[in-house]
Amino acid sequence: MSKPFSVSRRQALIAGAAGLAGAAAAPLAGQTADQAARARVPADPTKIQGPGATDVGARSPFERPARLSGGRRTSSQTPLQDLSGIITPADLHFERHHAGVPAIDPERYSLLIHGMVERPMVFTLAELKRFPGRSIIRFLECSGNGGRAYGRDAQDAEVSPQQIDGLTSTSEWTGVPLSTLLREAGASPKATWFLAEAMDAAVMTRSIPIAKAYDDAMIVYGQNGEALRPEQGYPARLFLPGFEGSSNVKWIRRIELADRPFMTREETSKYTDPLPDGTARMFSFVLDAKSIITEPAWPDRLTGPGWWEIRGLAWSGRGRITRVEVSADGGRTWMVATLDDPVLPKCHTRFRMPWRWNGLAATLMSRATDETGYVQPTTQALIAARGPSTSYHYNNIRAWRVAADGTVRLAGGTI
Amino acid sequence: MTQMFYPGGHGGFHGGHGSSRTTCRAALAAAACLLAAHVATAQAPTAPLGLGRAATADEIRALDIDAAPDGRGLPLGRGTAAEGSPIYAAKCASCHGVKGEGGTAERLVGRNDGDSFAFATNARLVRTIGSYWPYATTLYDYTARSMPFSQPGTLTPDETYGLVAYLLFLNGVIPEGAVMNQASLPKVAMPARDHFVPDNRQGGPTVR
Repeated sequence: MSKPFSVSRRQALIAGAAGLAGAAAAPLAGQTADQAARARVPADPTKIQGPGATDVGARSPFERPARLSGGRRTSSQTPLQDLSGIITPADLHFERHHAGVPAIDPERYSLLIHGMVERPMVFTLAELKRFPGRSIIRFLECSGNGGRAYGRDAQDAEVSPQQIDGLTSTSEWTGVPLSTLLREAGASPKATWFLAEAMDAAVMTRSIPIAKAYDDAMIVYGQNGEALRPEQGYPARLFLPGFEGSSNVKWIRRIELADRPFMTREETSKYTDPLPDGTARMFSFVLDAKSIITEPAWPDRLTGPGWWEIRGLAWSGRGRITRVEVSADGGRTWMVATLDDPVLPKCHTRFRMPWRWNGLAATLMSRATDETGYVQPTTQALIAARGPSTSYHYNNIRAWRVAADGTVRLAGGTI
Repeated sequence: MTQMFYPGGHGGFHGGHGSSRTTCRAALAAAACLLAAHVATAQAPTAPLGLGRAATADEIRALDIDAAPDGRGLPLGRGTAAEGSPIYAAKCASCHGVKGEGGTAERLVGRNDGDSFAFATNARLVRTIGSYWPYATTLYDYTARSMPFSQPGTLTPDETYGLVAYLLFLNGVIPEGAVMNQASLPKVAMPARDHFVPDNRQGGPTVR
């Protein structure tokens, strides 16, 4: 599909691309970043030798995908609409932190495991890397992701997939299974929870059921083939596939095994879900199945009727996505979308659907089903279950309204 | 022979025979047979590997700062609202407001009519220590480890107990003169305590 917008227009709208182009193509006064890049391109690249090899590569000066960070800079969102496939480039992985990104010397880093263990142990980074390792491709999502699509806007809104759901990313993570480390320390069979603690200025903590440690939890040090990025927990973090982002404690310095949860601030006053019956759900770790169409989406503008490909991402914290359905008529009829290989458990899954636009107003929606049989609910159904002002875990169906002029906006109201 | 292992337990030196051409089968079978004689089956190790070192008691003590609802982990020390008030004014009020009403950082103080917990249906309810936090010990733990924002981890136990007492008093949870310490803090009954329930979602067709 040819881009309905030029790359520069699209990204300028999303991320304010001016100034992000880097030194290679710094725009002069009055020049856009694209104009600066274009000025350096020879009229015929087959008639001039190009520059030589470099130690560290860079994107084409015409490509400037960028995260979007909020005013307080405690988070930044992945530009979902600018990415293809399922892997998020490490420098575009979303961020969420409570006290900034700590600077940690890997030579001085160590992980302490203590509490209900036979042998309290300390592991250096080099020792963690010496254990039998494993690489997995899994998504990571903040549980606050998607609140913008929870029916709180009465009117259609000019917001991008990045602004709606940019707090999810997928990487190949490399590390050591946590169960291996617990065996090394001689974990007590009576331990039922563990505390994970960070070495940032918040000394962030979460309590995790120990069953997750024996299932698929890892201490990871690698991300997409290189060391973790500082924003993602360098030099090592907890990784809990399918669990809400905040429980995947970054910059991890300590694990304490216990027979009860610790009731830290994050798991009591923060990451809990008020419900309509006057209760609040605690330890709601698993992210239910979800999907979003990333193209076409605001700020795209379809340039005319004809064939377009509807594209998006689906994921579930409970396992594999088994089906994604797409509707172009506001949910009256649905078609099963194609899923790109690989379809991995607890991982972004790319879906596609060819669509012949007739030039009339249309409402595009996607609906994911996972291997447990869970179907992504409508906004109305999720609000009925959780209440209109609940917090976190907004996995309802997202809808985009395509106007006859080809503009695309997030549908307001509760479809 | 050197012991080999695959951590995922996906042992298996060869795979994909199902698509082999017939002409290759005999050769492959012979090769597999030969290899089987010399290559041990991959197995995950089941015993500790002897990596890492024992943690010392001092190392554990230096990091083991958590305080739990039953009081485990709370340090010696004490404080009252009167003692916490000037510390709050000096170190907290600039972000959280003079009386905990909120500012650049979140609101800390306030109760809802009838202690309503209808947060899911009423967006106007205030979410504070007094209206939402289920455990008083969490306030100690968090304040000690993460606050004040510009000087995290610098409060003494007495200062922290004083701040906790002051905030619990402002929220109407404890009397003004109550002393907060290792013994009393775990006994503080938080208004929101009984509203919290375990996660009952489990996948499948039901939306919860």
